[in-house]
Parts: sequence; structure tokens; C-alpha cells
Amino acid sequence: MMDFENQGFEESQLHASRGEMESLALDDDDNNNNSGNDNNPSSRSNGVANGDGSLHHHPLSSSLPFAEIPTTDDDDPLLSSSSPQQNPNSFNSLLEPPSYADAVFRSFDGDHGKQINGHGHGAVSTSSPSPSTDYFKISVTDPQKEQDLNNSLVPGGNTFVTYLITTWTNLPEFNGTEFSVRRRFRDVVTLSDRLSESYRGYFIPLRPDKSVVESQVMQKQDFVEQRRMGLEKYLRKLAAHPVIRRSEELRVFLQVQGKLPLIKTTDVASRMLDGAVKLPKQLFGESVVAEAVDPNDVSQPAKGGRDLLRLFKELRQSVANDWGGTKPPVVEEDKEFLEKRKKMQDFEQELSNVSQQAESLVKAQQDMGETLGQLGLAFVKLTKFESEEANFNSQKVRAADMKNVATSAVKASRLYRELNVQTVRHLDKLHEYLGVILAVNNAYSDRSNALLTVQTLLSELANLNSRIEKLEAAASKIFGGDRSRVRKIEELKETMRVTDEAKNCAVREYERIKENNKNELERLDKERHDDFFGMLKGFVVNQAGYAEKMASVWETVASETSGYAATSS
Amino acid sequence: MITTQRSPTGGGGGGSQSPRSPSSQPPFLSVSVTDPAKMGNGVQAYISYKVITKTNLPEYQGSEKIVIRRYTDFVWLCDRLFEKYKGIFIPPLPEKSTVEKFRFSAEFIEMRRQALDTFVNRIALHHELQQSEDLRTFLQADEQTMERARSQDTGIFKKKPSDLMSIFRGVQSKVTDVVLGKEKPVEESNSEYDKFKKYIFELEDHLAEAQKHAYRLVKRHRELGQSLADFGKAIKLLGACEGDALGTAFSELGAKSEMLSIKLQREAHHLLMNFEEPLKDYVRAVQSIKGTITERANAFRQQCELTETIKLKEIDLNKMRLIRSEKMLDAEHEYEELKVAGQEATRRFETIVKLMNEEIVRFQDQKTQDMGRAFHEFAKGQARLANAIADAWRSLIPKLDSLSVS
Repeated sequence: MMDFENQGFEESQLHASRGEMESLALDDDDNNNNSGNDNNPSSRSNGVANGDGSLHHHPLSSSLPFAEIPTTDDDDPLLSSSSPQQNPNSFNSLLEPPSYADAVFRSFDGDHGKQINGHGHGAVSTSSPSPSTDYFKISVTDPQKEQDLNNSLVPGGNTFVTYLITTWTNLPEFNGTEFSVRRRFRDVVTLSDRLSESYRGYFIPLRPDKSVVESQVMQKQDFVEQRRMGLEKYLRKLAAHPVIRRSEELRVFLQVQGKLPLIKTTDVASRMLDGAVKLPKQLFGESVVAEAVDPNDVSQPAKGGRDLLRLFKELRQSVANDWGGTKPPVVEEDKEFLEKRKKMQDFEQELSNVSQQAESLVKAQQDMGETLGQLGLAFVKLTKFESEEANFNSQKVRAADMKNVATSAVKASRLYRELNVQTVRHLDKLHEYLGVILAVNNAYSDRSNALLTVQTLLSELANLNSRIEKLEAAASKIFGGDRSRVRKIEELKETMRVTDEAKNCAVREYERIKENNKNELERLDKERHDDFFGMLKGFVVNQAGYAEKMASVWETVASETSGYAATSS
Repeated sequence: MITTQRSPTGGGGGGSQSPRSPSSQPPFLSVSVTDPAKMGNGVQAYISYKVITKTNLPEYQGSEKIVIRRYTDFVWLCDRLFEKYKGIFIPPLPEKSTVEKFRFSAEFIEMRRQALDTFVNRIALHHELQQSEDLRTFLQADEQTMERARSQDTGIFKKKPSDLMSIFRGVQSKVTDVVLGKEKPVEESNSEYDKFKKYIFELEDHLAEAQKHAYRLVKRHRELGQSLADFGKAIKLLGACEGDALGTAFSELGAKSEMLSIKLQREAHHLLMNFEEPLKDYVRAVQSIKGTITERANAFRQQCELTETIKLKEIDLNKMRLIRSEKMLDAEHEYEELKVAGQEATRRFETIVKLMNEEIVRFQDQKTQDMGRAFHEFAKGQARLANAIADAWRSLIPKLDSLSVS
């Protein structure tokens, strides 16, 4: 299941107070709002956090009344579509013509638009190779508390949160181009479960965690916001998957009003009962498989509670595979698959390491920005102090020099902050891929499970066959036939026929899953190539751009203080 | 023999021009502290420094002299100057460190050496202090003489009480309780001086905070450098695992990251020596001024006490004159002594006031220069680092582009 680290990565590593986080997220919102579309629901996607609609103060301004750092962050270069906004404040450092860095940011952004996600940003998630004419955009907004009227034993006891899920699309299977539904988290779990049943072998994006424990610990608002973001990311990923986006399950989820009509994973209790009733006979080996199990059911994995017996058998088979001396009847032969799986494991390990180091890097950048800001603040105070009652001209000169350095340090601090927001975005890709790998592992598990089912059935067939042979041998010795034995043989032959059918289903399923794996792997390799190159380039361009900006800030100060350099020893 | 020829060269930096021919050149005194060397073992270990003096002043023996000094020698010099030149802001010394001493990291040693070098140079450039005999001893005496002087220091001052000193001390114990009570010490009522005192105390707080953040900034540079190194290494491993064009891209990025890590460590050091240390020096200077402020307060109090004592003595004397006491002669004698002491106390106080007024101007000028230079180095370093970062990453872009299509 999708790890919530994805959210945590951005928020906890940014390590800031809530106010700062909100203002960071607000940066994007501001820019969205500034491009003039108030109806754009994505601008409300920060609904909970931004309830009163006001801008939370920029982290620096709250502690910097003297310096009046502008409260709107006007300069997220990736998003500002217009030239830098006007700002009345005296310290606005970025009222400058777009630099090379900005230009590079923007053009780059155009090519790799799909890299951007999250942050309440209305990015279009198109599938990679398709022509740009079809679109499929989803947003999750407006969390509301509702009462569960049916199940509440305690009045007012059972409340839950629903989210407004809005879709814009021109895909033909949908009725209409814009529609909304309200769903709760439980519905998402159902969707996810149904998708994993129907799309075995596919790399299905993982849904957000249930994380019940966290919900106790976190503030309600934060938790709801985190969940909202997670849901949005998840749905967008589903919409980006070339096969899954066309699934009926997804369509129903997104479009059908009222209660979600997807059946939950079959009611465990009733199936258990069925299985339990038949259990004793089955345990004795007299299978009434024909009645209890539809051969096609084998195309489903043995789920807990559903077909307990089948679980037992497959477990026995897997133990036999692992510990038994004999080779299982069918083995995973695809060497290429085995190689690729190993490679994926190595990749996962290294990726995880890089992801960790990336988090440290982000933290270090953030700390740098913070300390620069504090240093600037301290000098601002000093400047004020020195100028207030300057008795000597030298003091005034010093105060002026100091002020230069102070404002530059503050500027640099802001630049680091922005750099970090972008860095997080780019390096987030690493984290995302860790989630993708989990989905891949799931798909590989589907494959193993299907193989296990085939193996189990083959063993079963072999078992039945040998029993039939024994009985036939025994029966033939009795002259005139053995009526009970003959009947038994007939029963077993019938069972074997059914089991054989089931085996054929299982084999077909296994082959299908193998094919899915293969196709998905190809798709992944291509996407991975594009995604990672995009990430690397984005990261590098980002670093270069901001470094340039910082260089120019400091070069100004250096030249303004160059008079002092001559006297150095 | 203080001649005006030796006017100060202002609050400038270290050395002066090197001599061509000593007799025709303007007088100069150039000092440097170099070559720290670890001496001794274990708990007794200490660092010794080479102090090189180049001069054409007649008071000095020869045009060049090299001596070996340790930290406590510098402390000795500082204390002597502080005692003798009340009113002058004695240049500050780097702190005694009881713990770090044992570790003696290269960075600590370099910081200390730089601070000691600045210390001696400031003395050499100060128009009053440069004439000090103690300075000459410090710069020229052989090691044994130096050691003797150092150990006798406390002894000498305490063993040779001038008459005035004994009177002062005597006066203090008698008069303090009676006249001044134990509550509030007497203070000058000089509003401008009060403002100055307030300024100094507040300045220390502001500077200390700035210095604290400057030090943290150094640390941040190191941390960022470290994380870039770790990140680079990890991404190179990822590249090795990946292979093909993407693998190469990862490897190149990793290599750049590691390279930048080194630049960051270098900049951290530069920042420490050229920005944080000057700020620390500024803080120390302000603390030294606080010492001078205390001296002035003491001098003022002594003057006041003596004035009071003299008044009382006069009253006593007159009484004695009326009754024709035998003690009158002694009392008259004492009275005369007290009057001399009083004049001396007043003279001392007034000297301090005069010197301080000059010193304040000099201090402000010097600090503007010092900080200006520090700011310049700071900005230069940051610009240099930022440019290096920009160049490094930018150079990678075409490579990435070509790899991504291959």
C-alpha cells in the first residue's frame, strides 16, 4: 500500500512550523489564483488548511517587522506565467527581469509538465504516448464530516469524512465531461481492492495508507489534509495508467452518484460458513469441488475466509516447493523474468538509499536558508541599533554596509527556501518510484500466486490420478466388479475432470498475468527512463538557476564593499 | 620621548611597508605571529608561536628579531598594558580555552594564531601602545627573561606598592562604609558617557547574537557539504546498478555532487576565518572596552573617595588647630599627603577620560574598516561558492540532454 512517507517526505523534512508549511503550499495557490481563475477548484484544494482564506504570514515577516519582507511569495518561477508581480515593499528582491534561470525553468516545465503533481496544483495528467487531445483531470477537495446514520449505536457516534471528487475528461467511456461525487476513504479501499483483483499482473498504483494510529496522534485538520492530498495523488496516478484509467471500477468510482456500487471483497463471514459446512468432507479427501467451487474461481487468488481449504492446499504446496525434495511440477522458467526481478531488487535498495540521502540534502538546504535568514535578521537589528544614535560618521557607514549584507542574507535565505521547495518536487520522484516498486512487487506476487495455484492443481490431479489407479487395480482383482469401488472411481473421475478444467483456467490465468507483467515492465522501463531524466534535469536546472541568483546577490555586495579589500593584510 | 612623527596609520590591517634603507624610511614596526608548533606532552602540552619583528625604530635591537612565545606570554603582555594604559582600549585576546586546549585541532590552532597576530599588530600600530616597554620585552626578550617576567608579574605588582597605592587602599577601607555606605557606588553623572556605556552593553548583546549565527552558518556549510557528498555517493551507486544512459547520467550527477561538497567545505573554512572570527573579535573588543569602563569607574570612585576623605581631614585638622593637639603636626602631614594623592587621583581620572574620548573615535573607525573587510570577504566567498555551484550544475545539462535521447 502506498506509503504515506510520500507526504511526510515533503512536510516533515521541510521541518517547518505549520505556518511556514501553509505559506509554502500557498505559494502555488497564490500563483494559481493570480492567473485569474477563481472557479478553479484546485485553488480550494488547500481548503482545510486555508479556511479563513487569508494568507498566512511569510515565515520571515512574522519575525521581521522592521524589514517588511513581502508576504506574498511572488516568484515561484515554475509557475508564474506573467512577468514578476509588482510588490510595494521596499525589500522586494526579485523585481528583476526574468533571468536565464527563469527562462530555462519555464521552457523545461513545458516539456515535462507531467512531472508536476501534488501541492494542490491542477496539473494535467496525460498518459505518456497519447496525443494531447484527450485529457483526464481529477481533483479532491472539500472534506466534510458526515454522520453514519445506519450503523451508529451511539447517537452522534459514528462520523466520517467525505471528499468531493471532481473529474474533467473527454474520454468516451464517461458520460459527460465534468462531474463530481462524494466518497469516503472506505470507498477508496474498496476501489483499490477491486482493482487488484481485476488487474492481476499490472503495476497498480498503491492507495494511501489507512494509518489509523496516525489519525489519533495528528491534529485532525492535518490528518484530513494529508489524506486529501494522498487521495488526489492516488487517483491521478490511476488516471495516468494507460490500462487502469479505462477500467469500469474507476469509472464507477468517479461517476456513479450515491453509494459506491462496487461490491466489497466478498463478505467474509458467509463464505467462511459455506466453506466450514463443507469442510469436514473435504478434509477427508472426498471432494465436492464441483458444487462448492466454480472452476473459474481459481482465477482468483485464495483469499482469507474465501475457500479456506484452498488456502490450506496451496500452503501445503508452497511448503512442498520450498522444502520438499521433489521439484514442483511447473517452475518459473523465465530466466529473463528472474534476472529482471533481481535487478529490480537491487534498484530498490539503492533507490531507497538515495531517497534517504535526498531527504538529508533537503534538510541541509533548509537549515542553510534558515540560518542565513537569522543571520540577516541579527544584522538588521544591529543596523537599526547603530543608526539610531550614531555619533560618528564611521558608525553610519558601518550601518549602511551592514544593512547591505543583512538584506542580501535575507534574500539568499528566501532563495534557499524556494530552491528547496523545487528540490523537494524533483527529488520526490525518487520516493514515488519506491512506491512504484511496491506495486511491481505486488504484480510479481500475483504471478507467484497464480503459479502456485497451477502447481497445487497439478499436484491435486496427480494425487487423484494415483488414487484412481489404485482403486482400479484393486477393483479389477474382484471378479464381477465391486459396486462401491466402481462408484468411487466414477466420482473421482468426475472430480478429476472438474479439477482439470480448473487447472486449465489457472494456467490461462497464469499466462495472462505473465503477459501483463511483461507489458507493464516495458511500459515502466520507458516511463522510468523519461521520469528519471526529467528529474535529474529538473534538479540540476533548479540548482543552477538558484545558484546564479544567489551569486548575483552576493556579487553586488562584494563590489559595494570592494573598497575595504585593498587594506587586507 | 613620544614624538608626533609616530602618528598612527589609523585602523588599518597588519603589517607596514618593508624597509629599503632604514635611516631614510619613515619609522615602522611590523610584527607577525606564525608557525604554531605543538610542544610538550599530555597535560603539559602547549602551542608555541614564532613572533617575527621587523623594525627600524631605534629602541629596538636590530632590524629583525624572531622569538618564540606561547599563549600565556601574550596574556602577560595584555595584562601589563591593561594596567599601565588605563583609558586605552587594549586589543582583545582570543579566549583561554580549558577544554579545547587538549584537543588542539588544526582549526583551533589556526584561529588562535590569527587572533594573536591581529592582537600584536594592533598594539604595534597604536600610537601609544607601540611605545610600551613591555611590548619591547615581549618582542625581543629571550625565553628565560620572558619566563621570569611572566612568573614575577603578579609578584612585582603586589610587592611594590607606591605610596599613593597604599593611601588609596587605606582610604577605601576607612571611607567606604562611612561615606558611601554599602549600597550604590558613586557614578559619574555625564549623560553622554552614560549613553556610551549603554551603547556598549547593548552592542555586546547584538554582536554576540550575530556571531552566534555566523558560527552556525559555518556549520551549515559543513553539513550541506556532507550531505552533498553522501547524496553523490548514493546516486553513483544507483547509477552503477542501473547501467546504460540513465546509469551514466546518475554517475555524472553523483560525481558533480561530490565535487561541490569539497567546495562547500572550503567555503566553510573561509567563512570561519574571514567572517565569523572578525565578528568574534568585535565581541571581544567590546568586552575589552567594558574593562576600560570599569577602570574609569574605579578611578572616578577613588577620586571621589579621596575628595571626601580630604574634606573630613580638613575638618579634623581645624578642630585640632583649635585645641592645639599634639597630633596636629602629624595630622597636617597626613593632610598634605592626602591632597597630593587627591590631585594624582584627579589627574589619573582625567587622563582616562581624555584617552577614552580619543579611543572611541579610533574604535568606531577601526570597526568600520574591520567589518567592511569581513563583509567583503563574506560576500566574495558566497558569490564564489554560488558561481561554482551554478557552473558545475550547468555544465551537466548538455550531457544530460544528449544522454536522455541516446
